[in-house]
Amino acid sequence: MESITERKKTRTGPVLFSSYTQGEGIRKALQLGRGNILFELKSSGLRGRGGAGFPTSTKWMLTAASIAEEKFIVCNADEGEPGTFKDRVLLLEYPELVFEGMVIAGFTIGAKLGLVYLRGEYEYMLKSLQDYIQMMRNENLLGKNILGKNDFNFDIEIRLGSGSYVCGEETALIESLEGYRGEPRNRPPFPVDTGYMGNPTVVNNVETLASVPHIITKGGEWFRVYGTSKSTGSKLFSVSGDCEKPGVYELPWGTTINELLKIVEAKNTKAVQVGGASGVCLSKSQFNRSFAYEDVATGGSVIIFNESRNMLKVLKNFMEFFVEESCGQCTPCRIGNVKLLEGIELIEKGKFTFSYINKLKDLGRTMQVASKCGLGQSSPNSFISILENFKDEIFQTNGRGK
Amino acid sequence: MVKREKSRIPVSQQPFTVKKPEDITTIGGTVSVQINEKKFTVPLGTTILEACKENQIHIPTLCHHPDLCIAGVCRICVVEIEGMRTLQTACSFPITSPIKIHTSTPMVRKARRHIIDLLLSEHYGECYSCFRNGNCELQSLAKEYGVDGFTFGHIDTARYEVDRSSAAVIRDMSKCILCKRCVRTCIDLQEVGVLEALERGHETHIGTFLNKPLADVICINCGQCINRCPTAALRANDPSDEIWMAIDDPVKHVVIQTAPSPRAAIGEEFGIEAGKSFTGEMNTALRRIGFDKVFDTNFTADLTIMEEGTELLNRLKKALVEKDDLVKLPQFTSCSPGWIKFIEHFYPEYLDYLSTAKSPQQMFGAIIKTFYAREAKIDAKDIVTVALMPCSAKKFECNRPEMNSSGYKDVDYGLTTREMAQMIKEAGIYLPEMPKSNFDEPFGDASGAGLIFGATGGVMEAALRTVYELVTGREVPFKNLNIEPCRGFEGVKQASVKLENCVDDYKFLEGVELKFVVAHGTANAKKVMEMLRRGELNDVHFVEIMACPGGCLGGGGQPIPTNAEIRKKRAEAIYAEEETLEIRKSHNNPHVKYIYKKFLTEGPCSKLSHKLLHTHYTKRGKYIS
Amino acid sequence: MLVMERNTLSEEIEELIKIYGSERSSLLQILQAIQRKHKYISDFAQQEVAQLMNIHPVEVYSVISFYSFLHSEPQGRNIVRLCQTISCDMKGKEDVKSTVEKELGIKFGETTKDKRITLEFTNCLGMCDQGPAMIINERVYTRLNTEKVIQILNEIK
Repeated sequence: MESITERKKTRTGPVLFSSYTQGEGIRKALQLGRGNILFELKSSGLRGRGGAGFPTSTKWMLTAASIAEEKFIVCNADEGEPGTFKDRVLLLEYPELVFEGMVIAGFTIGAKLGLVYLRGEYEYMLKSLQDYIQMMRNENLLGKNILGKNDFNFDIEIRLGSGSYVCGEETALIESLEGYRGEPRNRPPFPVDTGYMGNPTVVNNVETLASVPHIITKGGEWFRVYGTSKSTGSKLFSVSGDCEKPGVYELPWGTTINELLKIVEAKNTKAVQVGGASGVCLSKSQFNRSFAYEDVATGGSVIIFNESRNMLKVLKNFMEFFVEESCGQCTPCRIGNVKLLEGIELIEKGKFTFSYINKLKDLGRTMQVASKCGLGQSSPNSFISILENFKDEIFQTNGRGK
Repeated sequence: MVKREKSRIPVSQQPFTVKKPEDITTIGGTVSVQINEKKFTVPLGTTILEACKENQIHIPTLCHHPDLCIAGVCRICVVEIEGMRTLQTACSFPITSPIKIHTSTPMVRKARRHIIDLLLSEHYGECYSCFRNGNCELQSLAKEYGVDGFTFGHIDTARYEVDRSSAAVIRDMSKCILCKRCVRTCIDLQEVGVLEALERGHETHIGTFLNKPLADVICINCGQCINRCPTAALRANDPSDEIWMAIDDPVKHVVIQTAPSPRAAIGEEFGIEAGKSFTGEMNTALRRIGFDKVFDTNFTADLTIMEEGTELLNRLKKALVEKDDLVKLPQFTSCSPGWIKFIEHFYPEYLDYLSTAKSPQQMFGAIIKTFYAREAKIDAKDIVTVALMPCSAKKFECNRPEMNSSGYKDVDYGLTTREMAQMIKEAGIYLPEMPKSNFDEPFGDASGAGLIFGATGGVMEAALRTVYELVTGREVPFKNLNIEPCRGFEGVKQASVKLENCVDDYKFLEGVELKFVVAHGTANAKKVMEMLRRGELNDVHFVEIMACPGGCLGGGGQPIPTNAEIRKKRAEAIYAEEETLEIRKSHNNPHVKYIYKKFLTEGPCSKLSHKLLHTHYTKRGKYIS
Repeated sequence: MLVMERNTLSEEIEELIKIYGSERSSLLQILQAIQRKHKYISDFAQQEVAQLMNIHPVEVYSVISFYSFLHSEPQGRNIVRLCQTISCDMKGKEDVKSTVEKELGIKFGETTKDKRITLEFTNCLGMCDQGPAMIINERVYTRLNTEKVIQILNEIK
């Protein structure tokens, strides 16, 4: 296997993969001060890179403004969405960006402790991350009076997950950190108000935090140059599936799907699943759409399917994923996902009626608005989009049923 | 930032307590909100559900319960808020800004319908063969939304085996809708910690530690989970078939003793609003069903006061006169079997503090099969004693191996209020219209002191009325004998009464401030035990503890549903009935005097009474039985 | 469990509590440490944890049953988790599955008789560009094919 440093040298990209010196982000941030940091962040237009796209500056501002004894910055490294592996690359090859982003966040919101929720499947990188953090402590980039700034004490702790996709949802993540089952909470109140142990907490994706040092050193306006007006900056795409060059690519927002397919040398593409299992499945006619929060929003997962793939089997794989990973709290998600999966099995056997399939699609629409958290709200997305966009293929090969 | 109270329940199921401002007339104290085109002003932080309840707007709920913290898991109370893409649950969403809410839009109605369909698709069983037929929240919801078919199918095999191991509580998880009320009751309200959600996703089910049968874990049988379960997933162990057999058997002499709390609540099972006592009517109904004798448990409640009061005075004498350091004070009451099992599991090192007196139910069983059998000239082996109790733990209590002082099983069956109402209905009797009648001799009508056992603080009040008078020769210095400091629903009540000008026999108590503590609900019992552990109860003499919130009137066998308002009305019914009685002190009960003269001739706490009326306790494990 | 085993386990758990704390927020870390060392969290361990952290044992059991990587039943010394999500599925996970099952003589979800290996499926490991992938304890193996898999399985003790 290639060494990590070798791989890092070959990665190119306008923002995250651009050059960066260790420590320069923190240094600049301490110089700028909280107000200016928030200003740069706001002018950059950075939005959450985990898929939800919530304006990061708003999150930080609300937390910075609240009055509490303790505040926390949590790095959401529970990358469980099928097809997403960009955070793995960031954590292995660019830990300086991620951790310095956390330090800057801690400085801005007034936190003393940063927690990294690392998914259990990434336990193999735990030691290298802990070594890096120790090195940061030795360089006075963590610990007491960071880089000479009096009273700025900040440290980072890594906590492991234990194999649960739903813990990627921010309130479920906080529950897991607190030692409970990873079940999402009622919102409001939001974590910026009541988060870890009841204190204001900012939960940010790895990529979001990794963008911060670049924005601080090069300015928010520089970040805006890339991307579109509503989706500024660039995005890491983890591309897998039927293509010649799977891997992590940094492309500006606004790139169309066709352009991406060309870059990864995908041939005979029939369908592209954008956003992982909770995203949408696009057919050829929609390949001219662009990646953007206002068009096809995504956390970066792109899975490519060529003509040989059976879309119903793909859909079944996704629904099995959700049935297993649902936390089981709320009725629509717990039972709804099972019903959708049973519907797919009926289609496979050819024992379905169109009216029942339509009822299931209706159920999917209810799940999208009535579920307690993002998992239940987005699990019907692939069900509805695949059955809609590939209905000829699915219903021809599986019979018209009754 | 909002600090949550330290609670065992995960934060995902805790209420969002935006601190409601003290003064709602100031700016920022209230917020104007629009619900269904009407404008209302509510205190900041009110949830949508609360706001709607106050303004008579109906929103259906399932996992919500007024006694418990908010869960927000069933999603049936969803409403639409303008400007928000997803529907929000009314039970958990706090109103902090002027929003526009719609409680019945096409999307809301469809969502509710889908949720009911999903729940029904997994709910095993048919309504007509279910004991909650007619009183089931899922059934009512289905009717409210006009369900006339199973959109997503209906399960036809039970997913889980019914757990019938416990003498008191039966669990049928195939009927569970995962509202988590039982979990919140057991962990949060009662702090016993027997039930929790296990596994994840579709495999989620409510279970015990290591999925052991209920009888093998530390369940104290208080039945509070049964009272709050919306469906038939939890029920009490019903012995009515066997009781019918006994009644129909001409050889058997079936007697029933009735506790005060069922009388104050049984009307609810017949559609009467809470707060009306049906003592006289129930006596008639019971005889018509076929019980040979109907006795008043209050008689042995009075007996308990004599025994326990004497025991307390004996302990006080040992402590103050003989200066015996080993005597255990304060003395804890022992009539609540849920409390007994609680202390046996969690604080077995303090068992000596318990009074050795049995509960009134068990005392009666022993008396009936000895004294009464002799008086009535009936062979004790043909007597079947049934106890009508508000309590599910009594079913466990009557099966305790040591409860056979009469030579036979002292109490054969414990029957709950709900089960009794069912038997009365089966016999075609409409209870509220029965003529009134009295209890049977030789135990007759008991004193008011025995009657108030049903409410929290009642045992304490009854004991004080007797003890004070024994010691000082005067009545308790409270208006109308109503000892107010004992009454009310506060978790832990503390008060005291001074003993002055004592009679010669009790001169050693001259000037002593008799301190007592009253607690109800095992969460408060735990608080009291921790106080004991820390040495904060060193100057307290008497503690009354009831396992169920509200005392026995909130017991695990009482009519469903339950909430603070209903329990308050039942308490009012009990206290009101008590004031109408002639005799209000246990020691004035002529039947009590008679039994000590004729039968328990050695007096209270003597060797003979110890044999029949006192018991011992068993140390049990903290995690597994 | 023998009394001596229990005492060592209690001491271990007390040590863990000294390291991580006795607050509820340390629960997962303590359970993960026990899982890592003993490959499962026994009944006795659950009761000890509950006792020392002052929480109900059913809550400990509930947390363990929620997370896929925590077990309350004994597992093999090496837990092999094969990714079953779509990208690895497309690159040949079925072949890897049959190879593994044939090689070890057990099906997924079971443990070998000598307790050497437990087989489990897991969901997306984040190795989608190098599938099929599996993790054994915490080591990752990617770009699997039949030969590689057999070699890997023979190497683990």
